Amino acid sequence: MASNAAVPFWRAAGMTYITYSNICANLVRNCLKEPYKTEALAREKVHFSISKWTDGKPEKPTLRSDSPVE
Amino acid sequence: MLRRASGLLARPILAARARPFSTDLPAAQTADATFVEAWKKVIPNMDPPKTPLSFMQPRPPTPSSIPSKLTVNFVLPYASELATKEVDMVIVPATTGQMGVLPGHVATIAELKPGVLSVHEGNEVTKYFISSGFAFIHANSFADVIAVEAVPLDRIDASLVQKGLAEFTQKLSSATTDLEKAEAQIGIDVHSALNSTLTG
Repeated sequence: MASNAAVPFWRAAGMTYITYSNICANLVRNCLKEPYKTEALAREKVHFSISKWTDGKPEKPTLRSDSPVE
Repeated sequence: MLRRASGLLARPILAARARPFSTDLPAAQTADATFVEAWKKVIPNMDPPKTPLSFMQPRPPTPSSIPSKLTVNFVLPYASELATKEVDMVIVPATTGQMGVLPGHVATIAELKPGVLSVHEGNEVTKYFISSGFAFIHANSFADVIAVEAVPLDRIDASLVQKGLAEFTQKLSSATTDLEKAEAQIGIDVHSALNSTLTG
């Protein structure tokens, strides 16, 4: 196993495989024809709420409904 | 008393890690023999609970002669496109080029680049454009292809592809940091693959 084997350009730039794969998937989704495009983008939407806890109690949560997270 | 049984449950998992290559396993077992024996020693009156292993389909063993069909599992995060479908050949877009997989193919793990996966069954060919993923080909003529996004070719919009290609080519020339250059390069790779699929 060569430890200095040629790495892919995205890894050399500091990106992980998951980030690379998600970027590729997003680009493909953005190139779809209309009804499929909105379905695909809707499917990948992420909604989550984050709350910080202090002294054993949650503070007010922040609701994030980002569009597809990369 | 039941706590010791959960410690025993952990033991078969350690035995599994000692196996060298998962592609040349004999047929997998359907029940944890060691767990069942140990359970019966401690709690002979209760039936042993089912472990995850007994819910799984056992891996078919590698046959001695090459089978006539390849069994393909093509899965996406949100759907299973093909589940144990018997086909004649699949062509996967590996990073090292288009790779044809026939029954009896040597066990391989291939990383996929954005490209077209074609499934050949008799006279019909079904093509999907894959964004990226992996293909695992096992010695028993089973192939697992996993991708994040796969679309049939008629769902791709050519004008959006051209627009994207132009946009990313422009971004590459104006990129400063390594990361921006890498993102622009990824954009160009994906869009050129989409483009050549539509025109080729």
